[in-house]
Amino acid sequence: MSIPGTLKTIASVLVLAALIALPFWSPDFWTTNIFVRSMVYGIVALSLTFLAHYGGLLSLAQMVVAGVAGYTIAVSVPGAIPANSLQLPYAVAIPLALVLSTITGLLIGAVAVRTREIYLLMITLAIAVSFYFFVQASVEYLNGYEGIRNVLGPDIFGVPLRTPKIFYFVTLAISLALYVLVLYLSRAQFGLVLQGIRDNPRRVAALGYNVALHRIAAFGVAGFIAGAGGVLITIFNIGISPGTVSTHSTINILIMAVIGGLGRPIGAFIGAIIFTIVDTFAADLYDRDRFNTLIGAVFIAIVVASPDGVTGFARRVTELLRKPFQIPAAAAAPDQLIEANVPSKG
Amino acid sequence: MTINPNRRQVLKGTAAIAGTAIFAPAVHANPAPIKLGTLASLEGPLAVNGQDAYRVVELLLEEANYTAGGRKIEWIRESSNAKPDVALARTRKLVEQDAVDLVLGPLSGAEGIAVRDYSRTVPTKTFINGSSASQDNTLRNASPNYFRFNTDGTQWTAGLGEYAKNEQKFDEITVVASDYAFGYSQVFGFSLEYTRAGGKINYLWTPFGTSDYTSLIAQIPASSNALYVVYGGSDGLAFLTQYAQAGGKLPLLGGTLLADQTLFAARGPHRQVLEGTISAAPIGDHYDNPVWKDFLARYTKRWSKDIGQQTPGTLAFAYSANLQATLLALKAVDGDLSNDQAAFREALKKLTFRNYIDAEVKLDHNRQAISDNFLNKVETRDGRLQTVVFKKISNVNQTLGFPEDKYVALGAPSRANPGNVKL
Amino acid sequence: MSVEMFATVALNGLTVSALYFIVAIGFSLIFGLMRTVNMAHGTLYLIGAYAGVAIFYPLYDQGQPYAWIVALVAGMAAAAVFGVILQVTLLGWMQGQELRQTLVTIGVSIIAADQLLAIFGGNSQQFFAPDPLFGSVPVPLVQTGKYSAFRLFQVAVAVGVGIGLWLLLHKTKLGIIVRAGVDDRAMLSACGVNVALVAVIVFGIGAALAGLAGVIGGTAQPFGQEKDVQFLLTSLVVVIVGGMGSLPGTALGALLVGMAEQFGQSLFPTYSVMFSLLLMVIVLAVRPEGLLGKRLA
Repeated sequence: MSIPGTLKTIASVLVLAALIALPFWSPDFWTTNIFVRSMVYGIVALSLTFLAHYGGLLSLAQMVVAGVAGYTIAVSVPGAIPANSLQLPYAVAIPLALVLSTITGLLIGAVAVRTREIYLLMITLAIAVSFYFFVQASVEYLNGYEGIRNVLGPDIFGVPLRTPKIFYFVTLAISLALYVLVLYLSRAQFGLVLQGIRDNPRRVAALGYNVALHRIAAFGVAGFIAGAGGVLITIFNIGISPGTVSTHSTINILIMAVIGGLGRPIGAFIGAIIFTIVDTFAADLYDRDRFNTLIGAVFIAIVVASPDGVTGFARRVTELLRKPFQIPAAAAAPDQLIEANVPSKG
Repeated sequence: MTINPNRRQVLKGTAAIAGTAIFAPAVHANPAPIKLGTLASLEGPLAVNGQDAYRVVELLLEEANYTAGGRKIEWIRESSNAKPDVALARTRKLVEQDAVDLVLGPLSGAEGIAVRDYSRTVPTKTFINGSSASQDNTLRNASPNYFRFNTDGTQWTAGLGEYAKNEQKFDEITVVASDYAFGYSQVFGFSLEYTRAGGKINYLWTPFGTSDYTSLIAQIPASSNALYVVYGGSDGLAFLTQYAQAGGKLPLLGGTLLADQTLFAARGPHRQVLEGTISAAPIGDHYDNPVWKDFLARYTKRWSKDIGQQTPGTLAFAYSANLQATLLALKAVDGDLSNDQAAFREALKKLTFRNYIDAEVKLDHNRQAISDNFLNKVETRDGRLQTVVFKKISNVNQTLGFPEDKYVALGAPSRANPGNVKL
Repeated sequence: MSVEMFATVALNGLTVSALYFIVAIGFSLIFGLMRTVNMAHGTLYLIGAYAGVAIFYPLYDQGQPYAWIVALVAGMAAAAVFGVILQVTLLGWMQGQELRQTLVTIGVSIIAADQLLAIFGGNSQQFFAPDPLFGSVPVPLVQTGKYSAFRLFQVAVAVGVGIGLWLLLHKTKLGIIVRAGVDDRAMLSACGVNVALVAVIVFGIGAALAGLAGVIGGTAQPFGQEKDVQFLLTSLVVVIVGGMGSLPGTALGALLVGMAEQFGQSLFPTYSVMFSLLLMVIVLAVRPEGLLGKRLA
C-alpha cells in the first residue's frame, strides 16, 4: 500500500472512530436533531450527488422517490394514524418501500432519460411539484394536507428505533453502507460506463453499451438510495405529509448537495450537516423571520465562489498548501507526482 | 418590516430587569426565569396570521412585564412554515436545545397534531396550543400534557347551521370548501346543525391553493338558496373576486377565516359580495363589550404605527386565550414548575377564566376549551369592513352538545364524512 | 356535460392559456437564446405584480382612470430592470455553464421571495380591471350568457404579444440576430455581433413579459406568496410540452396545458393537477423535444 493510501486509511479509521464515539459525548438534541437529521436528508442528497456526478444527471425528483418510500411505510405499518388495512410488519413494509422507490426511480429515469441535462432538471422539477400537489390532493389514500402520522419505526432488539443512540447508529450504519455502495459502483464496470456516458455518450454507444438503459439503471440505484432516506425521514419525523415532499424540501436537498459539492459523494453529508446547523440555529445567528434570505445568500455565494462546494473548496486549499513542497514541474498534478515517487523507493 | 423586536433585544431587556432583582428580597427558592418557547408561522402561506399572533403574544407579555407568578419570563420565539415536519423540528429545538419549560403554539391544524404527538414523548414539559384548530388535537388520542384554551374549527361554526335554516329559511345550501382538514372541520360542524334543522346540502371541493374558480362557479346548482364559503386567505380572495366578476348573487354564509381581517384588508370587488355575509367565529370585530373593546384598544395602541387600525384576527385571538391561561396558571402556582410541572398542570386543568372577548373558558376532560361562539354579519363600520356580532352561543363544547360517544363514532371530518347526517 | 358547461369550460381554458402563454414565452425566449433555465421566472412574475400594485393603489385612490395602465408599465419595467441586473451581475459571466446559472437563479428566487414577503407582507393582493374591462360582456352559448370582459381581454393581449414577438423575431435586425443565436451562438459571435449585449436585451424582454403577465394575471386572480413556484411550474410544463425556444410551440403548449387544467378541474376536481403532468409525460414519451421543438442533438 502506498503512503498516501495508508494516510487515507488512517484518516478514515479516525473519522469512523469519531463518528462512533460521537453520541457518547454529544447531547441527545445534537445526536438526533443535528446528526441523525443530517444523515437522513444527506442520504437523499447522496442519491442526487450520485446521479449528478457519475451520470451527469441532475435530478430534482429525488424527494419524490423518498416520498414514495415514506408514504409506502406510512400507509402500511401498524400504529400509523389514520390507520390502514394492510398492517404490515416493518420487516415487510421497508423492503416493499425500497422496491417501490427503486421502481419509481426507474420510471422517472425512463421518462427523463431521452433528454439532456438542463431539460432533465426542468422535467424532474415539474415531476416534483406535481407529486407534491398529488399527495396533497389524495385525501382518500394519503390523508391529503395533513399526511400520515405516528410512524414510529420498528424495534431493534426490543428497543424502539427512535431511542437517540440506537437511531444514530442505525442511521450511521445505513449511511455508511450506501456511501460505500456509491463508491463501489463508481469503480465497478457499471459506474465506469456511466461516467463514460456522462463525458461522451456517443463514444460509449459506439462501444456497444446501451446508453439509455445505463441511465435508467442509474436512476434505479438513486431511487433505492433515496428510498432508504425516505424511510428514515418518515421515521425521523414520526410521519409524513405533503410538506416533506414540497418544492421547498426538494430545493433544500439540492442546496445540501451543492453546498457540500456535487463532485464527491461525501459532499452530500457535509452539505446536509452545514444546512441543518444553519437551519436549526438561524434564530440565534440571524433574524428567524428572514432565514430564507440567509440560506439563499449562502447558496449563491457558494455557487459563485466555489461551484464544487465545500469539498471542492477544501481540495483546492489543500492543493494550495501542498504546493511549496512540490517540485514545480509536477505542481499541477499532485497525483502524478505521488505515483512517480513510489517506484523509486521500491 | 420588522414588527417585533428580535429575540436578542428581548433577552437584553430581561437581563437588565433581572439584574436589579438581585438586591430585592428573595421571594422564591428558584429565581431562574421561566423559559417560554413560542411557535407560530412566520414563513409560508399563513405568515400573516403568524405575525398577528406574535403581536398579541408580545403585547400580553409586555403588559405582564415579562413576569408571571413572581418569576421572570424569558421569551424564545420560533417560527415554522405551516408544515408539520418543520413545526416538529422547531418544537424539538425549543425543548431539547433551548430547554424551554413551556411551549405555546403552533398555529395550524396539522402542525398542532405533530406537536401534540411529540408532547407525549416529553411528559415533563407542558404544551399549550397556539391557534391550531383541528378536532383531533384533543378529541382523539389526547396527550396528557397538551392543553387547548381556544375552541376548535368545528366549534367555531356553532350556531350558523341552525340560523341559516331556521332564521334565514334557506332550504338548500351549496358548500364550496378547501379540500383539507380545516375545511373539513368547519363543513362538518355546519352540516351537522343544518342537516338536523332539515336543510339540504350540496358539496363542491377544490384543492387547497386553487387560484382559478371559474369552472367551480359554473357548477353551483341553480337550486341553491345560499353558499357556505369555507375558504381563507388567498383562496377566499380569488373565489370571491371571481364570484363577483361572474355576477354571482346568492347570499353568502362564511367560514371563520372568510369573514376575517386578512380578507377585509385586501381591496377589490370581493368586498361587495362580502358585505352582508353571515359567519360564525369565536370573536367579532365589533362587539359591544367593555372587556373586548379595551383589549382591541390596547392592541391598536401598541401596533397602529405598524399596521394601522387593523384588529387581531381569529388565530391571533386563540393565542391570546392560550397565553392568558398560561400566565394565570403560573400565577396560581406562584411560578412553581417543580415536580415535573405537576402543580402547574393541575392549575391549568382547574382554570376557569374570562378571555379577552369576555367569554368564559373552561376545560373538558380532554383538556379542550369549552367557551362561547358568535354569529356575525359583515358590515361597513368606520369606513372599513368589520364583522359585527349579533348573537352569542354560550358554552359550546367540542361535540357541539351531542353525546361524546356518538359524536366520536361519526369519525374524523373528511371529504367522505362531511357531517351530512342526523345525529 | 351540457353544451353550455362545455363552452364555458372551454372558454375558461382559452383565457387561462392566454395568461400561461404570456408567462411562458419570456421563459422560452431566454432559454432559446442563452440556454439559461431561469428558475427565477416566477419571481419576475411576482416582482412585476408587486411593483405594479405599489404604483397602482395610490393612483387608484386618486381616481386616476389610467392607474391600471401605469401599473402595467411599472410592472414590466420593474421586472425588466431586475432581469437585466440578474443577467449583467450574475448570469452573463457564467455563460455556457448552464447548471451553475440555473443554481444561481434558484438562489435568487429564494432570496427574492423572502424579501417580497418582508416588504409587501403575506396578504394576497390584486389589481382591479380598468372600467372598460370591468364586469361581463354578452357571449353566446356560455352559461348565463355572459363572460368576464377582462378574461377576454387577456386573450387579446396574448395574441398581441404573440404577433409582436413574431414581427420582432422575423422583421427586425435584432430578431435576425436572436434567431441566428438560437441556431449557433459561436458563429454569431464570430460574425462580430456583441452576443453579451444581445443576451441582456433578450433577458430584459423576457423579464418584461413576465412582469406584464404579473399585472395581467394579478388582475384576473389574486397573487401572493407561492405564486412564483406555481407560475414557474406552468412555464416549465408549457415549454416542455410545446418545445423550447419556439414561439408557436409555446402557444400550443399553453393552450394544451390551460385546457387540460380547466377540463380536469371540472371533471375530476381532486386530481386536476395531475392532468398537466400526464400531458407532459405523454409528450416526452412521444416527442422529447416538445411538440414543435427542434429535434435535440
